[in-house]
Amino acid sequence: MEFADILHRCFRCGYCKFPNNYQDFNCPSYSKFRFETYSPGGRMWLLRAWLNGEMKTSPRLAEILFSCATCGNCVEHCVFPKFKDDILHAFLAAREEMVNRGTVPPAVRDYLKALQIHGNPYKLPASERGNWEHGLNLESYSGQEYLFHAGCVGSLDERGMKMARSVAGLLKGLGVSFGVLGADENCDGNEARSLGEKGVFQSLVEQNIREFQKRDVKKVMTLSPHAYHAFKNDYPKDSHPFEVFHYTQVLAMQAKKLSALPAHSPLRVTYHDPCYLGRHNKEYQAPRKVLKSISGLQLMEMGRVKENAFCCGGGGGNFFTDLLGSGPESPARARVREAVDTGASVLAVACPNCAKMLEDAVKAENLEGKIAVKEISEIIQEKA
Amino acid sequence: MEDIYKELTQIVGAAYVSNQPEERFIYSRDPGTMEPREPDYVVLPATTDEVQKIVLLANRKKVPLVPMGGGLVLSGLSRALKGGIVLDLKRMNRILEVNERSRYALVEAGTSQGMLQAYLKKNYPTLKHSVPDSPPMATIGGNVLIHGSGHLSHAAGFHSEMLNGLEVVLPTGEVVKIGSCSTSPYWFGRAPLPDLAGLFLGWFGTTGVVTKLAIKLYPNRPYQDVGVFVTEDPELVPEVFYQATGVQVAEDITAWMTPKPDWAKGFQHININYAADTPEELIWKRNLIRASLKRLIGQKVGGFLPLPPPMKKNFLEAPQTTLAQFADVRKGGGFEYVGGIMPIDLFPRAYRAGIEIAARQGTTYSTGARIIGLAHCMMFFFAYPFNRADESDVDRARRALEETNRAVLNMGGIPWKAEAPAQKQIIGRMDPHTLGLITRVRSMLDPQGIMNPGNWEVR
Repeated sequence: MEFADILHRCFRCGYCKFPNNYQDFNCPSYSKFRFETYSPGGRMWLLRAWLNGEMKTSPRLAEILFSCATCGNCVEHCVFPKFKDDILHAFLAAREEMVNRGTVPPAVRDYLKALQIHGNPYKLPASERGNWEHGLNLESYSGQEYLFHAGCVGSLDERGMKMARSVAGLLKGLGVSFGVLGADENCDGNEARSLGEKGVFQSLVEQNIREFQKRDVKKVMTLSPHAYHAFKNDYPKDSHPFEVFHYTQVLAMQAKKLSALPAHSPLRVTYHDPCYLGRHNKEYQAPRKVLKSISGLQLMEMGRVKENAFCCGGGGGNFFTDLLGSGPESPARARVREAVDTGASVLAVACPNCAKMLEDAVKAENLEGKIAVKEISEIIQEKA
Repeated sequence: MEDIYKELTQIVGAAYVSNQPEERFIYSRDPGTMEPREPDYVVLPATTDEVQKIVLLANRKKVPLVPMGGGLVLSGLSRALKGGIVLDLKRMNRILEVNERSRYALVEAGTSQGMLQAYLKKNYPTLKHSVPDSPPMATIGGNVLIHGSGHLSHAAGFHSEMLNGLEVVLPTGEVVKIGSCSTSPYWFGRAPLPDLAGLFLGWFGTTGVVTKLAIKLYPNRPYQDVGVFVTEDPELVPEVFYQATGVQVAEDITAWMTPKPDWAKGFQHININYAADTPEELIWKRNLIRASLKRLIGQKVGGFLPLPPPMKKNFLEAPQTTLAQFADVRKGGGFEYVGGIMPIDLFPRAYRAGIEIAARQGTTYSTGARIIGLAHCMMFFFAYPFNRADESDVDRARRALEETNRAVLNMGGIPWKAEAPAQKQIIGRMDPHTLGLITRVRSMLDPQGIMNPGNWEVR
């Protein structure tokens, strides 16, 4: 297994479980399960034992490995330079090993199977991929400045579609030049990659690159931070170079126009950093710039923000596999309680996965009267 | 066995009990050199009531119980030496009360050092507790109960001396309160009552499960500084400690000696951390500390090191994250040390022993010390990083630790949080009546012998 040679180097000192101020556990799976086995250090030691033959493959071992949300908190807060850079790489390599051995949890198997057969995890025909844009009169991509990529969640999940429509509607209203692929859009493959299915990921990379080449796409703007991450960091740029933007970065370029929109009644908002935009790609400012451009909006930060943000639990495929599950200790429920503590009435998000995870958590916590989960463009357009 | 598992799930819920190989593997070992010992179950209680029910079950079934905090003791004290149940207490991490005026905090035993530190910083920024240099995952309960020390130990002693009171589930299931909280709604201290806290301090969980504790808090002064006094003569270090502690203005005094980096080789570095409410007070304290060492500086046998800002920042950090990197010199994920509690006069002897043992074991020396109280004693550490992937390297570290434990005892010190083999070395030197009393107390409190068996045992 790749990175097997670093596994013994983890001391299990536990810095990886915390944000930098140590206020609470910041590793989603450890925070939920509380056994040392579900912490990054526990995983490291178990994987070493597994590779050495001291530990057998088991459903629990698979759950421990695949419940990692790949949020990157461990990489951010591990105190060992260089070694820390490969912590997540080692987990992904182990997932790949389990995929190859056919010993992944059933939910992971089902996700990958659906993606392989249908091209999306919802088992829906490709023809439905463009349904989200009905009525918006969006242009099909044909050389506009940006290709807007809605992704599987934005195209096929009810909450995701609402968000995609809102973002695309606002971009159109602001006069941003963009087009969409509709039914021709493909999955970006980030979740397949993070679940260790390199083959499926590679095939999606090739399909997307082919499509981008065919249409001579120069700039891709994504709805999802997960797609943003994959396109930006894991897609080869040699045969067809293209720039990658998250939609909040494009909105941030329109901040002046947004500031000019009519002011609304005062609104207290807290913002949840998506891991694949924030920690993985260090984009903390663009969403905040957009929020701060809204007159009447007061940004009230949570204790854990930016590189210390607490993941909603939907990363690393867990949005689909649900291995981090529900219950009061689930990361999403802990996160919405933290959001309520700020005194904000709106929890702003910039990721369709986070939107759904946190919205469900608000319902589970019976916090609907106290806080509402809204995507950034939804806040802007409600106000306007 | 199935009965016990079922009863445990009824007490804490199925999600928080495991008898699976994965948990049994991870909870059988720590980052130190001790051989793994597998528990039969790992249980994560959330309340005193749950702990009590588990203790009663263990009593009924005569199953060993091993309380565990952060699991960072390094000397294998939370391994289940005779199987049974490991009680991971980190779900019991609520901060229950901070009494600002009386400067104490009441917490559940599994509260991490990091969480209390963050909580105080946010809600009571003028207060702090003494933070050990272990990672922030170390628990308040675990560290107090092993007689830990930290960033206020010069000012206020061992962390066990900062203890105001305890709630303990006895091995027979009764929940008892120790200290003022036994008689009053306040957890202000252990006086003026008969002090029963000693029944639980330093016993490694063999006399009960501590579920709550109150610890003293101290002023968190906004201006902080550190001076590093350097000398090449280990014989002078006790004098440095004596003089610098005599002025009573520092919060923490530590020493470190290592041949790497090259510029540090052969020197004894003594960090003196102090803090103040105003810049003027900080200068006044700096002057007092410097004046206390003026004679040595005048004799040109030592002086203060000019500190580059990044180094100063590291030395002012609590806990010092760079210490974890220091543990990583072998790039092998293994680290253990002997912390010898001993008089400061023994510093030169301990330093030389550290160099000799390291040379004999074919490794580089890495030693240091933390002053406890006004130089009433010190914790002198001999660190042995090792490579977990290299069994011969693990053996080498194990041998070095054993030799060091013996050396510490030979020179008149006592190994801190001693591994089970080192406990036997200590017992071998202990006054027989003391040992007899320990055995009688333990038999009285734990008639079934269920609490962390294999520790502090004669056999």
